[in-house]
Amino acid sequence: MEPDHPSFFSRIAIACGSFLRILGNADFAGRVRALRCGTQPGAAPEVEPASKPSAPPLREAAPDGALQLLGLLQREARFIDFIQEDVAAYPDADVGAAARLVHEGCRKVLSENFSIAPIREETEGSTLTLAEGFDAAAIRITGNVVGQPPFRGSITHRGWRVVETRLPKLAGSHDLRIVAPAEVEL
Amino acid sequence: MSESSMNEARFSIGIDLGTTHCALSWVDIGSSDGEQVVLGVLPIPQLTAPASVEAPGLLPSFIYLPHPSELAPGELGLPWTAEQDYAVGEMARSRGAATPIRLVSSAKSWLCHAGVDRRAAILPNDAPPEVARVSPLEASRRYLAHLRAAWDHAHPEAPFVEQQVVVTIPASFDPAARELTAEAAKSAGCEQMILLEEPQAALYSWIHKSAGGWRKQVHPGEIILVVDVGGGTSDFSLIAVLERGGVLELHRVAVGEHILLGGDNMDLALAFSVASKLGSQGIKVEPWQLRALTHSCRSAKETLLNDPAVNEVPLLIASRGARLIGGSVRSELTRAELTTTLLDGFFPPAAIADRPQGRGRGALTQLGLPYAQDAAVTRHLAAFLARQVAATADLEGFSGALPDGASFLHPTAVLFNGGVFKSELLAERMLTAINSWLTAEDAPAARRLEGADLDLAVARGGAYYGYVRRGQGVRIRGGTARSYYVAIESVMPAVPGMQPPVQALCLAPFGMEEGSDAALPAQEFGLVVGEQVRFRFFGSSVRRQDQVGTLLDDWQPDELQELDEIQTTLPSEGRAAGEVVRVRLHARVTEAGTLELEALPHDGPERWKVEFDARGGAAD
Repeated sequence: MEPDHPSFFSRIAIACGSFLRILGNADFAGRVRALRCGTQPGAAPEVEPASKPSAPPLREAAPDGALQLLGLLQREARFIDFIQEDVAAYPDADVGAAARLVHEGCRKVLSENFSIAPIREETEGSTLTLAEGFDAAAIRITGNVVGQPPFRGSITHRGWRVVETRLPKLAGSHDLRIVAPAEVEL
Repeated sequence: MSESSMNEARFSIGIDLGTTHCALSWVDIGSSDGEQVVLGVLPIPQLTAPASVEAPGLLPSFIYLPHPSELAPGELGLPWTAEQDYAVGEMARSRGAATPIRLVSSAKSWLCHAGVDRRAAILPNDAPPEVARVSPLEASRRYLAHLRAAWDHAHPEAPFVEQQVVVTIPASFDPAARELTAEAAKSAGCEQMILLEEPQAALYSWIHKSAGGWRKQVHPGEIILVVDVGGGTSDFSLIAVLERGGVLELHRVAVGEHILLGGDNMDLALAFSVASKLGSQGIKVEPWQLRALTHSCRSAKETLLNDPAVNEVPLLIASRGARLIGGSVRSELTRAELTTTLLDGFFPPAAIADRPQGRGRGALTQLGLPYAQDAAVTRHLAAFLARQVAATADLEGFSGALPDGASFLHPTAVLFNGGVFKSELLAERMLTAINSWLTAEDAPAARRLEGADLDLAVARGGAYYGYVRRGQGVRIRGGTARSYYVAIESVMPAVPGMQPPVQALCLAPFGMEEGSDAALPAQEFGLVVGEQVRFRFFGSSVRRQDQVGTLLDDWQPDELQELDEIQTTLPSEGRAAGEVVRVRLHARVTEAGTLELEALPHDGPERWKVEFDARGGAAD
């Protein structure tokens, strides 16, 4: 049995798998829509517990990219040092000073390795209409989610989409799990 | 071969071989037409950490020479080689900060340092004996070889060796440094290489960016001052705008002296001022902390310079250990400190009569680099403009342009180049100083030429120059920016305690164009076959009127600068050792833009090369 609350990486796999299946399978898409609208699905498809084995197998996300990103964040922003430290022991001014350094470094890593653009160009707070068939992966509807599209609502978050990823290329058999080597001064 | 393949070159490649950064730009010649130029910048794959390759637009000019056991196998691998045992670029810079004894930096400044043998393996300067050092020449070759490999990796269809390559150098480079740069480029595989002065490259880039609009922005009779403050050097040039036959021409009429003073010195000065403040609080800043401090001072400086509302920027010197918050040192850079250190230190208000304190070039005995003794860029510029007051005197259309009694050459427009001028405040301050001098002599204020790309202009301008010199646009004329002299010691009885008087014989006049020969002087020298002969050698950036053979009996101390000695050894083939041969010294400027001196015997067709880099192989 799958856990009721899949992990973050599992959710990515579910999202990707569902996305492709929604595109390729109108029946499945209909059920997803019903699920997202909170309405009970139509009569027939529900009685198909036997179709469960056709659910896409969950993929294990390759850890390389995550490890590489951790390494970059540590190198440029001392990210792991900062998170691993007990901030409760220090006054806000000290934490704030360190946070500036971490922020500057994280920002550099983000801007050098990713192109990130907002999903919606409208300003937050403005109202918009979501037509039927809107990209549910890119837009999460919240609150009074009832009825059928088109939906009208106001933007609470514009969303972010990674347009381009350009992580450093790796040479040889470098061990990515070493996100920061120990340093020994001779 | 060079002539035929020159026609085949698909790209013109401009290389900015900077003191702190290199960049490569290209023009696709076939796809460009007139002012429609297809120009790009090559991302340069480089190690940014062990086994990690990224491709930013700039290559930091650093080489790291790791200990054999310092890195795991394969961690120095590049997309095009796994064999290299050193790192070039960002990883070299960051790793070298923690282990400076293995870091080669500022190779370009060493390349033009006449006090050392530039072919000798001397870098890193303070490396222990077991580190295999490299020569300034070799370091430059490695940067160029890296750029070449990056190009070939990205453009397998258009090999680097077949392209037209322009390598930029400071306008103030002496003949020896020019020749060494050309030599490094040749050994890195630049078959068709020409040198271009960086301030000219910056102006070419501005011309290119204007897409033809420059003709409306500058007018005949104008004088453009290029102020180029890079990471390690400050370089000035004056370019006059002429009209001939209805066509605008640009003439580079003067270049400044070599000043080892740049943006890195400024960041370091700020870091030192903060370090001394911490010192007075009882906190000692270790050398390894200084780099982190320099880095945070640089961004704090940019914040303060760009936002007048900010009065103080917090600084953090991160700890080396894992305790980031508890182990770090906090400080701040205040506007007052910035003003004292940067503005008053490097860009103080100066009068046109002010001169830099101390000489730009240090004594030959100096062990380190001869950094400028006076950090004030404004005073260096004042000295330059005043020295060049007569630069346009003989230029067509400029007679009477300068009012009588003018104490300096009046520029009408200023082009800034170099990362330092990303700060609007510094550019404004520089322009204010220049305009205060102009106002004092009732001249109209100079305006700023806008639209420069401060980091990449030199590489872009280089690539554009390689394109226009094929006949596709305006070229800056000018030729050599100095006249050159060899010393002749007068025959007179020795007077104790007094140097025998020296005469200077002009070998190469001002403004020799590429690919031209100077006349042959009448004076002959007696050289002994088989023995090394050295001459004292001088250059002048102001004596425009001297012709080959002009013999100077005396000159103003400021007029002639003594350069490194030149030397030649006459081979003994066909002659008896010890025989005295009468020779004449002949100068020519190669197509690549280097000066060559030869000794021509009166009785034969031989030509013996006269070396500029006289210290190469010398006992000292």
